[in-house]
Amino acid sequence: MSDLTQFTIAEARAKLDAGDFSSQELTDAYLSAIRASNEKLNTYITVTEDKAREMAKASDDKRAKGEVGPLEGIPLGIKDLFATKGVHTQACSHILDSFEPTYESTVTTNLWSDGAVMLGKLNMDEFAMGSSNETSYYGPVVNPWKSKNSNAPLVPGGSSGGSAASVASYLCAAATATDTGGSIRQPAALTSTVGIKPTYGRCSRWGIVAFASSLDQAGPITRDLRDSAIMLKSMASVDDKDTTSVDLPVPDYESAIGKSVKGMKIGIPKEYRMDGMPDEIEDLWQKGIEWYRDAGAEIVDISLPHTKYALPAYYIVAPAEASSNLARYDGVRYGLREQSTDIVSMYENTRAAGFGAEVRRRVMIGTYVLSAGYYDAYYLRAQKVRTLIKRDFETVFAEGIDAILTPATPSAAFEIGDQEMANDPVKMYLNDIFTVTVNMAGLPGISVPAGLDANGLPLGLQLIGKPFEEETLYQAGNIIELAAGRYTPDKWW
Amino acid sequence: MTIVDTRTPDPSDFIPGATGDWEVIIGLEVHAQVTSKSKLFSGASTEFGAEPNSNVALVDAAMPGMLPVINEECVSQAVRTGLGLKAEINHRSVFDRKNYFYPDLPQGYQISQYKDPIVGEGVVSVSIGPDAKGGFRDIEVGIERLHLEQDAGKSIHDQHPAMSFVDLNRTGVALMEIVSKPDMRSSEEAKAYVTKLRTILRYLGTCDGNMEQGSMRADVNVSVRRPGEDFGTRCEIKNVNSIRFLGQAVEFEARRQIAILEDGGTIDQETRLFDPVKGETRSMRSKEDAHDYRYFPDPDLLPLEFDQAYVDALASDLPELPDDKRNRFIGDIGLSAYDASILVSEKAIADYFEAVADGRDGKTAANWIINNLLGKLNETGQTIEETPISPDQLGGVIDLIKSGDISGSIAKELFEIVWAEGGDPAKIVEDRGMKQVTDTGAIEAAVDAVIAANPDKVEQVKEKPNLAGWFVGQVMKATGGKANPQAVNKLVRQKLEVEG
Repeated sequence: MSDLTQFTIAEARAKLDAGDFSSQELTDAYLSAIRASNEKLNTYITVTEDKAREMAKASDDKRAKGEVGPLEGIPLGIKDLFATKGVHTQACSHILDSFEPTYESTVTTNLWSDGAVMLGKLNMDEFAMGSSNETSYYGPVVNPWKSKNSNAPLVPGGSSGGSAASVASYLCAAATATDTGGSIRQPAALTSTVGIKPTYGRCSRWGIVAFASSLDQAGPITRDLRDSAIMLKSMASVDDKDTTSVDLPVPDYESAIGKSVKGMKIGIPKEYRMDGMPDEIEDLWQKGIEWYRDAGAEIVDISLPHTKYALPAYYIVAPAEASSNLARYDGVRYGLREQSTDIVSMYENTRAAGFGAEVRRRVMIGTYVLSAGYYDAYYLRAQKVRTLIKRDFETVFAEGIDAILTPATPSAAFEIGDQEMANDPVKMYLNDIFTVTVNMAGLPGISVPAGLDANGLPLGLQLIGKPFEEETLYQAGNIIELAAGRYTPDKWW
Repeated sequence: MTIVDTRTPDPSDFIPGATGDWEVIIGLEVHAQVTSKSKLFSGASTEFGAEPNSNVALVDAAMPGMLPVINEECVSQAVRTGLGLKAEINHRSVFDRKNYFYPDLPQGYQISQYKDPIVGEGVVSVSIGPDAKGGFRDIEVGIERLHLEQDAGKSIHDQHPAMSFVDLNRTGVALMEIVSKPDMRSSEEAKAYVTKLRTILRYLGTCDGNMEQGSMRADVNVSVRRPGEDFGTRCEIKNVNSIRFLGQAVEFEARRQIAILEDGGTIDQETRLFDPVKGETRSMRSKEDAHDYRYFPDPDLLPLEFDQAYVDALASDLPELPDDKRNRFIGDIGLSAYDASILVSEKAIADYFEAVADGRDGKTAANWIINNLLGKLNETGQTIEETPISPDQLGGVIDLIKSGDISGSIAKELFEIVWAEGGDPAKIVEDRGMKQVTDTGAIEAAVDAVIAANPDKVEQVKEKPNLAGWFVGQVMKATGGKANPQAVNKLVRQKLEVEG
């Protein structure tokens, strides 16, 4: 039998339907692959072997009875940010030491009820704070991609680094991920996978450990566009437990793939042409523009004038919300507790021991910008900037733009332990320069693999759409996928 | 916020100091627990007295990834309360997070409303009195705002030598914080305001007002000044949980501040606690130690929005409120202001009164309730809800007086019997032969017998006509009080030829 892990969801779905193999066989193939490779890649922090086999058997039994869900028998990896009942859920933080929730997130509940199988929990940056997966309490994830000229281990991006690397290295058919400032799209771009951050409110946030509530949104990381469409359809839902989720029908995203883009207006924002942007990124962007022109789309130069304020404003809003969201990790009810003689020192010792450096930094930034005397100057102003960023997008969409094309990241994957970034957090934050605007405006954005750089490392292009028009992104994304083709890393793991 | 002084200084409110008179300024923040089955943002029960930590939803315990969902019942209760306070209802309000660490606050923040509360300015009319002459003085206390917020849990410090326990049953229960303007000028006014506010909430059914269960508590802002001068520096006395303590706290605090000022000192703005055992307030934390709560809009909750139709629907279902009821009792039924005030003070009493007065003379019903029923309840320490005499039974007693079946004094006896034993008053009167004698023949015979037996008194009565009353008393005694006193009086005077 050929390696079952090579199949996309769409392919595996067809073969499971045809009876070529069972979910149990498919699941076993993934479990063996994880066993063989996880030590090298560190993408899984918990492998739920028994549960996976149980779910696969249940799925095969269902199938035998003719009950076939849209993800029937498909083995998935789940980012550690999603609450999974009775299973390790720690947001890759020490502070949630030994935490196993008594509840299941809405997104994963949707996946299981559509027939999917859970392989385990995936590594990530602690509390989703990071762009390299180096802030995880469980250590960094290694990107399956390597530079042509070096054997140095590279980061997979973050925060959904475990999700992206697992999908790229065939350790799951697809993975759940979350995106607060680029945490789906950036790692997808750095691993040649497809990552979509849907419109804010498209997926329920219930049961997802909160980082920045007004920005967090779940989405899938997959090997191709079609799998992305299949996954998003299952993940998305309105949820009366999340009042910020939106009650709109979930369309059949798959059917958008292959539709012509003739006459579609693709906006090219001049503000995304940053100073010091590598030529390779610029060239890739130009290539993308040509692909759309060739496909009959109309290329329109647009302006999103407040773009340059997005990253600074993001690094006020997100830490502010995080400082409050993470207050519940106090050692009182669950997770880590560092015993002490009084309550205040218990808090201090627990939080000092439980949170990593990046999380502590953001909690402190957030606390600062919300403090009396600073609130107006920082938080309130950042919110005003956010409104302006949103208005920038509304204006161009009102002028008839269907989707906006930008680079996904300012560079390809970098080395684990990159000293420049380790010594200057702002350099790390710049990874999100093209992606944060989308979160600030609550829009859908997708990163599609678009080629390799000179070192043979993947790069992605980003498409940004109107609210709840993810279909347009699948329709337009298909052009990049067709033109660029698919790239997979040479297996070394 | 500019604070406007709405009151004219009244010397009768002044507190005399060693160096002259002082005026006390009081504003209150009343925390009233919303009457609702479940909590403000979770489905957990709000039942009082449950096993510790049994009414706790995942979101109340702040489990990772849990989200608040607004309980619409609490919203409508807040709007109803706003309407009852004749206040502006804000169609759009915002929930904010008030951040601080405490073990009984699992989220590390309280969800409250900061800049945009659900209810804006309103007013409460408060009657102060009755004074020695039975008079009332009406004042108006402005309402600054009403907002919805979560209650915290309970920390228990006496169960373990080194640890504290936490009970999260109250965590997340909906509170309305009702903020008054600094419109009160005496402890009496403050007490009357809270009493009136509680009455309104109970009429509306939006808070049970049970202060001993913690359903209502007040933070009291107190400052003093020389009459006519600007407001002084205030101190906030936290968590006062009875109306009596409220009065004591204000009295103590005002005098404490006056003493400091008269000694040439200044008042530090601070938060204080009232110690009911010692009857004094003491410092809890100074302004410098005040928390920085880092308020910001809760990103888990969209702004709370509703339209005027929603408000109108709630307004149309609002019960008659105490002020309207009081006016109706005075205007339509003809009760005195005093009687009407007493009857509307509790909705249950007003309801009782209206049941008794239905088809009967209102003033008689009011007299019986105020003088007899409430007196007796007060004696036995029972509430109107616990009364052993139903409105029907009391109405029955009144009916028997009206029909002339019993006299007023027999009626009082009958009231005691019904109180102690229950039963239908008419049947008791019948069974026990308590009916008054209206048969003139029988009364005449009794009168004749008394006259015949007391010839000396008959002589005396010619000189002293007042002695006729003695004969009436003797006849009443002889008939066991059942004779109609008017008929006896008339016959006695006829036969003794005394002018009546």
